[in-house]
Amino acid sequence: MTENKYVKEEQIGYANLLDIGMKIGLAVLGITFIIYLLGFLPNQIPINELPNLWKLNVHDFLEKTGLPTGWGWFKNINKGDYLNYIPIAFLGGLTILCYIRVLPIFMKKKDTAYTILTLLEILILVLAAGGIFKVGH
Amino acid sequence: MQNFKKSILYFFVLSLFFLLFYSLSFAEATEVAQQVNSSSSLPWWFWPLSLFIFTFILGILAVLAGVGGGVLYVPLVSSFFPFHIDFVRGAGLFVALTGALAAGPGLLRQGFADLRLTIPLALIASTCAIIGALVGLKLPSNIVQILLGATIIFIVIIMATAKRAEFPEVKKPDALSQALHISGIFYDPSIGKEVEWKIHRTPLGLGLFIFIGLIAGLFGLGAGWANVPVLNLVLGAPIKVAVATSKFLLSITDTSAAWVYLNSGAVIPMMVVPSVIGIMLGSIVGVKILAITKPRIVKWIVIIVLGFAGLRALLKGLGIWG
Repeated sequence: MTENKYVKEEQIGYANLLDIGMKIGLAVLGITFIIYLLGFLPNQIPINELPNLWKLNVHDFLEKTGLPTGWGWFKNINKGDYLNYIPIAFLGGLTILCYIRVLPIFMKKKDTAYTILTLLEILILVLAAGGIFKVGH
Repeated sequence: MQNFKKSILYFFVLSLFFLLFYSLSFAEATEVAQQVNSSSSLPWWFWPLSLFIFTFILGILAVLAGVGGGVLYVPLVSSFFPFHIDFVRGAGLFVALTGALAAGPGLLRQGFADLRLTIPLALIASTCAIIGALVGLKLPSNIVQILLGATIIFIVIIMATAKRAEFPEVKKPDALSQALHISGIFYDPSIGKEVEWKIHRTPLGLGLFIFIGLIAGLFGLGAGWANVPVLNLVLGAPIKVAVATSKFLLSITDTSAAWVYLNSGAVIPMMVVPSVIGIMLGSIVGVKILAITKPRIVKWIVIIVLGFAGLRALLKGLGIWG
């Protein structure tokens, strides 16, 4: 792959972290899914019950299964199905890590506009990840 | 070599018809499964395995047709599989998100995707995607199906008619893009020289990303179909920068909406993981096939299949079909 000599420092920093994070995320996704499929850990929802549940809307699904919303899954990562949320959440959070990576570069360059824009994006994504924005059931 | 290329072309035309047939068979299987209690009629692994095969084919076709996997995933899977559209949108966002995350490093390093161009657009799109996701999860399913159907038909029209400008003429960059220093240089191997680019009409482009973010969050679609024309035709970015920046931009827009779906309980690993792996493996195979041949007909068949899925979603929402 040819690297563009005009590409700025922050862009390379973002790309490098994204590259490593993506590879780790996908590898862990594969591993946790194999653990789930092979039944190495007990599941919160019996696997053969899924066809009766995924046809329901999310409100009825949660009501019937009693599953938690937000980060509630984290308390049950000893369950095979919940374990998969670790790489899913990691992939969801990777962009936040990449933004945090480039923030000091913009600050060092005294690039006020991009420092503010980056901070705002981190704030929005952290609020979204933190579960501030979710639909109550 | 010519015969080999022809064989590949025939193979793909056949697989597209197979996809259409497969989709129609699935529509019937889904209806039957819903009528007779699916758990007793089919084993649990049937649908994840079918989803994996289906998304693998989608991944190949998406590359060959030059469209994002996300835009194909939601209408086709929600039309032809028994999953509720809430979970299909949640999975669709992760399909689009992981595809964009995987493509990001290469596009950024080569300078085709531009971080300075992305950051302001992403802030607007990701904020609006959260609003779209919140609204989408509150709306009744039939309304979502109707809106999705209408949007997909609109996307099909855009895909069939949109023009592209290889190197749009930007006489004078606007004040905002100058203040934000949005411009760049990249090496274009197809013409063998470096291309300098800048943009104009930035406020209008930013305004359009409000709409793009809303749609992405509302339907769980990757929004490349809208990003590219806005970046290329409105802002004046060269097509390669527009396509690459659009792909990278999805990794940020879809992140915010994906969290809303995840935190609201609308993400089922048994749907997400086979879909993500299927579409990524399909994309890898698609890129290899693309290097050998680029059948133009594939794009048109994908447009027809997508139009059919959009029509089905619309009719399903109206209670006429399914």
